[in-house]
Amino acid sequence: MSKIGSAIYEIHHMDTIASREQWVNQIHPLVKLVLTIGYIAVTVSFHKYNLVGLIGMLVYPLSMFLLADLSIKDSIKRLRIVLPLVCFVGIWNPFFDHTFVFLGDVCICGGVVSMLTLMIKGLFSVLASYLLIATTSIEKICYALRLLRVPKLVVTQILLTYRYITLLLGEVNQMTQAYALRAPNQKGIHCKAWGSLTGQLLLRSVDRANEVYESMLLRGYQGEFGYLGPQIKMRKKDWLFFLFWSSCIIFVRMVPIVTIIGNFVGGH
Amino acid sequence: MHMADALVAPAVAGTMYVASTAAAAYSIKKVRLENDPKKIPVMGVMGAFVFATQMINFTIPGTGSSGHLCGGMLLSALVGPTAGFLTMIGVLLIQCLLFADGGLLALGCNIWNMAFYGCFIGALLIWKPMMKSGMSKAKVVAASILGCVLTLQLGAFSVTLETLASGITELPFVAFVATMQPIHLAIGFVEGLITAAVLSFVYDARPELLYGYENDLTKEGRFTFQHTIAILTVVAMLIGGGLSLLASSQPDGLEWSIQKLTGSTEVASSGEIYEIAAKIQDQWAVLPDYAFHGSSSALGTSFSGIVGACIVIAVCVGVCYLFKFFRKKRIS
Repeated sequence: MSKIGSAIYEIHHMDTIASREQWVNQIHPLVKLVLTIGYIAVTVSFHKYNLVGLIGMLVYPLSMFLLADLSIKDSIKRLRIVLPLVCFVGIWNPFFDHTFVFLGDVCICGGVVSMLTLMIKGLFSVLASYLLIATTSIEKICYALRLLRVPKLVVTQILLTYRYITLLLGEVNQMTQAYALRAPNQKGIHCKAWGSLTGQLLLRSVDRANEVYESMLLRGYQGEFGYLGPQIKMRKKDWLFFLFWSSCIIFVRMVPIVTIIGNFVGGH
Repeated sequence: MHMADALVAPAVAGTMYVASTAAAAYSIKKVRLENDPKKIPVMGVMGAFVFATQMINFTIPGTGSSGHLCGGMLLSALVGPTAGFLTMIGVLLIQCLLFADGGLLALGCNIWNMAFYGCFIGALLIWKPMMKSGMSKAKVVAASILGCVLTLQLGAFSVTLETLASGITELPFVAFVATMQPIHLAIGFVEGLITAAVLSFVYDARPELLYGYENDLTKEGRFTFQHTIAILTVVAMLIGGGLSLLASSQPDGLEWSIQKLTGSTEVASSGEIYEIAAKIQDQWAVLPDYAFHGSSSALGTSFSGIVGACIVIAVCVGVCYLFKFFRKKRIS
């Protein structure tokens, strides 16, 4: 499948799994959004040598993946975008950081530990973001953003962009496929067609935007969206979910639970 | 250049969120002041356009690799800096959520590094000043390349600073900068070329879509007739009054030739008609031999330069008006 084709598939796939009737999907979007941001912030706040403590943070994504019946494989695939820059930044640490750090009784080069910590932080934050988008639709995330007082203009913007992405991706796919059929041995778009191919798409997009605007006017649009989806009320189980997981995250951050369990099992 | 969550410390992420929020608040205020309801759907579709076209691989000739479109610069050239900035926020959030390109915590950094520099710096420091004196294809190309190179350099430098401030890498500042900047210089140049190709196409096909474009046929020319006259007068006065002081006392080309032939710079004339003409000239000439009557001061030379220039302009303008007057009469 082409890059654009797989992007379209990815969007539809995420839409499908986000609209499932799983109980995690039914949790209030604001709770999930705040928990995700909080979880990522706590995860990246771990010290660069605190590898053992960081591993404890796996509790949240692991449990949620199992509860929401999500594929870890799919989420790990998403690492291919994030990992190159993270690796580029972290790979130098063993060369420049020669401090020795004790992991239990084992003495390891600090640079190696900080590199591993960085990569695990990257992995956990990607898992948490995936968890959010796989259980919450964009519309619901936008609803949560509105509750967080993000201006209506920005939220409308996000919704409109999301609405037209699949449409324009489809057009780009058709155009690039047609181009590839006429230039079978060529990788990508030749520089002679850079302007005309993309420019044509742009002009069509502008015309489409005008049509969208006209149809919005016919539906009573007067410059502002009054309605951004149905109201979702916070229920008792949403509060419980939030309190439970926020306490867990804070607990793992404050208490070296992995070390305690390790010492207990190891008989230290 | 999307930063992952793992690359930023919470304090740095928070600071960048504050900075990006301030820029967003300013942009929202500006877009609302514009009061153009059409802009919102256009922004939405343009955001989707940028997202979709960033998926296209553009082959870089002779390298075997490919480049992508520079979203920030393109958007600001189409919808303006503030609307472009807000559109980029949407694009970056969707990229982060759907494709894990960037991170939720690092979103503030990514907005700043890509949207702020791309839209505000690119549009306000490069696009707008360059297009101020009128738009041309060469200017569109130059602004696109320059804008992309500069904004990517700034973005890459910000990534370096944010990562170092987060204490993530042990890489020394100089080494980090020396690695990031040249890579992004090449990327910026290629992205600039692609953006320039697209914007040039738009300029040829529908120039009115470009930010800051004004139709030269309908607008009153920047150099109106009155402006031209005023500028010409000032220049003439400067040259006539100032530079005439530096006029050479040596004979000019014709005088030099005559001197070579006759031994004098002036041809001796004799006869009644010459005497009458010389008399009239002596009586009527306000500034004989470029000086006041009976004076050889430098002021006279300057004054004669200014007066001469003004008379030349007046005669030219008068002739032009007469020409226009008769032409109009003929057409009607």
